[in-house]
Amino acid sequence: MATSYLIKGARPLGGDPADILVKDGRIAAIGESLSATGAAVVEAGGLVALPGLVDLHTHLREPGREDAETVETGSRAAALGGFTAVHAMANTDPVADTAGVVEQVWRLGQEAGLVDVVPVGAVTVGLTGERLAELGAMADSAARVRVFSDDGSCVSDPALMRRALEYVKAFDGVVAQHAEEPRLTAGAQMHEGDRSARLGLTGWPAAAEEAIIARDVLLAEHVGARLHVCHVSTAGSVEILRWAKSRGVQVTAEVTPHHLLLTDACAESYDPVFKVNPPLRTDADVEALRAGLADGTIDAVGTDHAPHAVEDKESEWAQARPGMLGLEQALSVVIETMVEPGRLDWAGVADRMSVRPAAIGRLTGLGDRAHGRPLAPGEPANLVLVDPASRAVVDPAALASRSRNSPYAGRELPGRVVATFLRGVPTVLDGKAVR
Amino acid sequence: MARAPEPARSPSPGTLLSSADVARVVDRMAHQLIERAAASDPGSADGGLPDLVLVGIPTRGAPLARRLAARIEAFTGTPVDVGTADITLYRDDLRLRGVRALEPTVLPDAGIDGRLVVLVDDVLFSGRSVRAALDALRDLGRPRAVQLAVLVDRGHRELPIKADFVGKNVPTSRSQQVKVHLTEVDGADEVLVTDGGTGRGTQ
Amino acid sequence: MKRHLLEAADLDRADATLVLDTAAQIEQALAGREVKKLPTLRGRTVVNLFYEDSTRTRISFELAAKRLSADVINFSAKGSSVSKGESLKDTALTLEAMGSDAVVVRHGSSGAPHRLANWVRGSVVNAGDGTHEHPTQALLDAYTIRQRLGRLDGVRVTIVGDVLHSRVARSNVGLLHTLGAEVTLVAPPTLLPVGVGSWPAAVTYDLDAVLPKSDVVMMLRVQAERMNASFFPSAREYSRRYGLDGRRMGALPDDAIVMHPGPMNRGMEIAADVADSVRSTIVEQVANGVSVRMAVLYLLLGGAPQ
Repeated sequence: MATSYLIKGARPLGGDPADILVKDGRIAAIGESLSATGAAVVEAGGLVALPGLVDLHTHLREPGREDAETVETGSRAAALGGFTAVHAMANTDPVADTAGVVEQVWRLGQEAGLVDVVPVGAVTVGLTGERLAELGAMADSAARVRVFSDDGSCVSDPALMRRALEYVKAFDGVVAQHAEEPRLTAGAQMHEGDRSARLGLTGWPAAAEEAIIARDVLLAEHVGARLHVCHVSTAGSVEILRWAKSRGVQVTAEVTPHHLLLTDACAESYDPVFKVNPPLRTDADVEALRAGLADGTIDAVGTDHAPHAVEDKESEWAQARPGMLGLEQALSVVIETMVEPGRLDWAGVADRMSVRPAAIGRLTGLGDRAHGRPLAPGEPANLVLVDPASRAVVDPAALASRSRNSPYAGRELPGRVVATFLRGVPTVLDGKAVR
Repeated sequence: MARAPEPARSPSPGTLLSSADVARVVDRMAHQLIERAAASDPGSADGGLPDLVLVGIPTRGAPLARRLAARIEAFTGTPVDVGTADITLYRDDLRLRGVRALEPTVLPDAGIDGRLVVLVDDVLFSGRSVRAALDALRDLGRPRAVQLAVLVDRGHRELPIKADFVGKNVPTSRSQQVKVHLTEVDGADEVLVTDGGTGRGTQ
Repeated sequence: MKRHLLEAADLDRADATLVLDTAAQIEQALAGREVKKLPTLRGRTVVNLFYEDSTRTRISFELAAKRLSADVINFSAKGSSVSKGESLKDTALTLEAMGSDAVVVRHGSSGAPHRLANWVRGSVVNAGDGTHEHPTQALLDAYTIRQRLGRLDGVRVTIVGDVLHSRVARSNVGLLHTLGAEVTLVAPPTLLPVGVGSWPAAVTYDLDAVLPKSDVVMMLRVQAERMNASFFPSAREYSRRYGLDGRRMGALPDDAIVMHPGPMNRGMEIAADVADSVRSTIVEQVANGVSVRMAVLYLLLGGAPQ
């Protein structure tokens, strides 16, 4: 395989066309009419070049549910979606609550070699919300964990949450909170509102998310710690975050692609492919989330890619497991909901899908292994080439994920990832994974 | 199953019976019913009419039965019992035709057991409606005898069924349609023949 | 008519009226007959697929199907492959392979009949799903009201009790509104769903205020376990504020009727003397259930196969 690539005519961050020379894992040059002997040429006329995308929120299911996804299949899906780094959530079996498990996941990621798999450590032992896991040991391990989350469960005990926020300051960590007051969501199936009333599905009130976010930003302010809020889903949450940021609280937040595009109307089919936690909300919430992502109140897009085996989704709504695929369509959904309506330019996409998530995960200062760096000579050659004009209908059978629970099945979306480079090596070329 | 040969001449499309024709045909049928009732109960003072029950098959058999009863009473001074029996739930061709709204099934208070029941329908075609009506009668009681009166017999029987009283025989082609209109249902009395369509009667 | 009956919204006014009229004709056709059986669905197979115990609903559907001469298979989740973990989809495919023409399904999960309808070719009739709908109950309630009061248009129906968890309430609100009745819901605020304001019904917390303006009072069953989840403080307080006793019944207009989908908690939502009064239609509702379900099966199954 070639060790240098000459990318011809791509538009860095959607700007004027330029050639990008990639050599020895780094961006060697960006300019007009570059030439390089021995370099493989990638024709990229009309394509937009972005820094490799970084996901703060991926479920890779390994170890434990390799029938739904593995580190390798999830990595391939990520590369096809334009990602070069993904944070692997801790709710595996066994739970990633020790240095041993996070190192195992990290090594599996390196062996797959398609993206950098960055393990997330559990906040509490077994995700039970009772006592802190060995956060420091995970931080010091080969996996170098900086993001800690009980995602899937909320750290609902306020005293425990306070201690976690304080404790991770020692190694510049961040607690990523799944904001859901469990006493308000017992048995909850979908957004609580007009549709849940009619469909007879137990409601998941917006207040159950907002109450936790409000509490946690106050705690973060009080102890001077970093807080990250996973999958923000309501207009009220955006307001609370805006208020907290205006006060200088060190809070960041992510929104999923599906919360940017879909609403609780999807539940009317009772098809559990649309069951997700937090649930799909209303049109007004979707609008607030788009506005929040546009103005930076929401820092990042996090996919919450959640593969599930067929038997966990082809069932009654209440029996199905929550979650939906996201890695392979995330960029397309952002183009559809943010770029095409003019709410985010390509630099904004790079910021929300690469620069800021990398910064939250503390990946920007890792030298050769850094992510979320600018497209500039000397930087690691993590980049993605996307054809924004191409539109295609999503076919779940064609996805690289081992699972098929895509909420976008049959939906036409814009944006095709043509190539992805991880440290100068293509993981995707001509829209296909190299392996 | 062997089918009757197509008649040499089918009626040309148009009005087969006018309003006056329908009235005349109904009167003639009423007279025939009176004669038959008397013959079935010879020597009785009331001409056998109290034994008679006219049971109309909805939709148009029902008003036709009421008309026949009214004419019989006009000619003899003796009232005749009338009922209706909806046969929809007894049809064997629901899968072909699809469901339709049901119409009332109403029998005279004296019932039909031991009596002479004359089924009344507008058009006799395949005979399937009559078979369904016979099945319905079996569940409704046990008549002494069952006879059949139709305003129009258009041929093309698919079952061994024959009418006892026929207002008018019309040798149609299978592809034609015969439409009986009655004032009670359609606002006018007439019998029409049209070409094409499903080859089915008015039911 | 649509192919399935999954919720009240599947019936427009013409369809709903057709069901009620058909039920009335069937009832009349069978009245006083020794042989209460029609050959209409001979050779058709109806499966009663019951994931929840509900003897009365199952028997009602079974009798309806048998009176139309359909073959009936009762498939109860208990003691079957379902209790051994077979999925709804696998069960559906099994029924499909056996050639069932209709599946009558009762399930604890809202929307299960909708899922089933994706997997079988025959008709699916919802016999109650979770806290969603129970459309044939609403049809028999509408039938009973029309039979007693002679009309549905403009009839003032007050539905009282645990609306939040009631599939009967959801179906009745939809169907009665479709048929022109004016529905008022009465419940403690804890037992009304968030979003009830979007329903085609008025909402009040004051039972005594609406009784004099009610032609029909429909009492919903209130399950005692709701008390433990703090939906209301005690059975006694619930009964005092929302129960229908003799005194409250006296506030109704002269012709008003009292309905209950059963099974009743006597002394909780309805006093014994009210349940047994001449205003009560509770026994008629059961009888009417068979006629209405015969009409539904006839209209869904009698026609041309898809």
